[in-house]
Amino acid sequence: MKRIDLLICCGSGCVSAGALKIKDRFIELLNENDLRSEVNIIETGCMGPCDFGPVLMIYPEGVFYQKVTVDDVEEIVTEHFLKGRPLTRLMVTEDEKLRVTKKEIPFYKKQVKVALENCGYINPESMDEYIATGGFEAIGKILEGMTQVETINIVKESGLRGRGGGGFPTGLKWQFGLNNQADQKFIICNADEGDPGAFMDRSLLEGDPYRVLEGMMIAGYAIGATKGYFYIRAEYPLAIKRINLALEELRKVGLIGDNIFGSGFAFDAEVRTGAGAFVCGEETALISSIEGQRGQPTPKPPFPAEKGLWGKPTVVNNVETLANLTSIFNKGPEWFSSMGVGKSKGTKVFALTGDVKNTGLVEVPMGITLRDLIFEVGGGMTKGKFKAVQLGGPSGGCLTEKDLDTPITYESLVEKGAMMGSGGVIVMNDAKCMVNVAKFFLDFTVEESCGKCFPCRLGLKQMYGIMDNITKGRGKEGDIDELIRLGRHIKQASLCGLGQTAPNPVLSTIRYFREEYEAHVRDKSCPAKVCTSLIHFDIDKSKCIGCSLCARKCPVECISGSREDKYAIHQIECTKCGNCFDVCPVHAVKIIPGVHYETFNIAQAATKDIY
Amino acid sequence: MKTLADLRKIREKAQHDMKLRNSGSRIKIVVGMGTSGIAMGAREVMKTLLNEIATRHIVDVIVSQTGEKGLSSMEPVIDVIEEGKETITYGNVNPEKAKRIIAEHIVNGQPVTDYIISRD
Repeated sequence: MKRIDLLICCGSGCVSAGALKIKDRFIELLNENDLRSEVNIIETGCMGPCDFGPVLMIYPEGVFYQKVTVDDVEEIVTEHFLKGRPLTRLMVTEDEKLRVTKKEIPFYKKQVKVALENCGYINPESMDEYIATGGFEAIGKILEGMTQVETINIVKESGLRGRGGGGFPTGLKWQFGLNNQADQKFIICNADEGDPGAFMDRSLLEGDPYRVLEGMMIAGYAIGATKGYFYIRAEYPLAIKRINLALEELRKVGLIGDNIFGSGFAFDAEVRTGAGAFVCGEETALISSIEGQRGQPTPKPPFPAEKGLWGKPTVVNNVETLANLTSIFNKGPEWFSSMGVGKSKGTKVFALTGDVKNTGLVEVPMGITLRDLIFEVGGGMTKGKFKAVQLGGPSGGCLTEKDLDTPITYESLVEKGAMMGSGGVIVMNDAKCMVNVAKFFLDFTVEESCGKCFPCRLGLKQMYGIMDNITKGRGKEGDIDELIRLGRHIKQASLCGLGQTAPNPVLSTIRYFREEYEAHVRDKSCPAKVCTSLIHFDIDKSKCIGCSLCARKCPVECISGSREDKYAIHQIECTKCGNCFDVCPVHAVKIIPGVHYETFNIAQAATKDIY
Repeated sequence: MKTLADLRKIREKAQHDMKLRNSGSRIKIVVGMGTSGIAMGAREVMKTLLNEIATRHIVDVIVSQTGEKGLSSMEPVIDVIEEGKETITYGNVNPEKAKRIIAEHIVNGQPVTDYIISRD
């Protein structure tokens, strides 16, 4: 008999931190100590706190271990498993208190897990474990006694809205799908997650594939679709493998097939892999891609619910949307709509990244404030002061200190110039240059624009050119207004969601950090000391000890001096590589915002670009 | 799998296999596994307990271990902790006694008074 359940987090973060090696070492040592028959090793999906990885949970005590290394395994086996003495040194300590179990860790305290309920708790490859948590009860009940309209009404009552970014009411979308009559309809699960720094859908598919599948079956039944597609990008091989495995298992037991639960409802699904184009997250482009064509959007209407995949009515739902369905049907729509505020009900999964202490996957009720999300769940900043947070990735916008108490809902974020997006949250400290950040996101969308419509294809390129000039000291008066003008036109005239949202990072940073843009354009200065063209290095002679280390490390030999006279940088030759700054033992080298007057004068005289 | 009843049957079995992760067990048996406990054969006692529970298909009992209990002269020591009842501690347990404890105490609810060293 087993007496210990050992849960090893095998989410992407922990695997890259070495979780699989730890698992192998456990198997080796358990065999050596004759404990293999007493310990159940379970590979789970993402437990959330990726920053602590690799993490383990050990039941029945529920002990939570963080940052485990291969060398720790032996002690865990001999001390904890054999003698029952949990290792305090591997537990989380916060506020000088030892947090033994998951529940005691502040990271988990404000979280409410609905879509992620089983993620990190069950073995994602085991159908039985999913069934043990109540799996397939919802689809079973629906098939045994509910009509399609009743099913849709429950989703409408719950107030569930699309979790992929737009926030369209899911029940309404299904209603359109049901109303359009056809001999064949399709349901598609959109798992083309492309925002930099977002991994919500990935973790769900890897951590609880059966839940997403059950959600898809419910959606399929409601709209009358007998065939489903998972559109997953090829960068997610584990997600693809697990969905395929789940499909295979369900076919074996007849939960996918011609006559599910003896109701006559037939359903089957398959995986289509995407090549990783950001635009394929847009539903019409995604449909083109499944059809085998170039991933380019088509004008709406006709909406996919009317004429979608191969011209048939199609409903496209995001992974997280589908993952919420099982809980809505098992616990009732009132339970779901009791969470959240206003028109935003339920919970939302966020991928928390950037300069926060606890990066990782979190699920919080809608309506939580940004302050709670970043400072309570996220544990605050790693270093520096909070400056801004980017929500919604390259389609979203940034919010600042004064918006921290805004409750997070679909509407409140749009009003502030950001958006829910799929849930990427990038927290930035005061060492970040907002102009540079906006340029980074713009670079991404320029690259990912499919090129079909010209406002997006040419307009974004123009905007990028201006941004590039500004960060390199070639900004002119009027550039900022030109950016705003271009951005507005691109938003209005673009065909699909990519172009309609791509100017957001620039527009929102101008809105909140206009003075930073102006410093770049007028003063040729980067206040955050990030844009290399707009800073210079200088040596503080009162601190310099004349050790000559900087002069010896300078690749262009532009530092000279002596022990008596101290050292100085010749600004004109300086390439701003930063070596002198790194090597100075007494921190006498300073980074100063703005171009040095010598370089500036030379550039003026030659009327050429300032570098 | 053709009906909801079939599904529920699978669920019951699967939930049993996952019981360690739920806190809904009726009885918890804690074996003292300090150095002296192990030296006196606590491992054997634990193995016997686990085997007995498995062969008798007892579902609502979990076996756990703890460190030194401070009663070195009476090792191996085990605690039987039951919600709402006094905790009973047995001393000088061996595999034979462990079997009797399972049969009489865990299954029939009658503590084996011969081996009890403390109640609280």
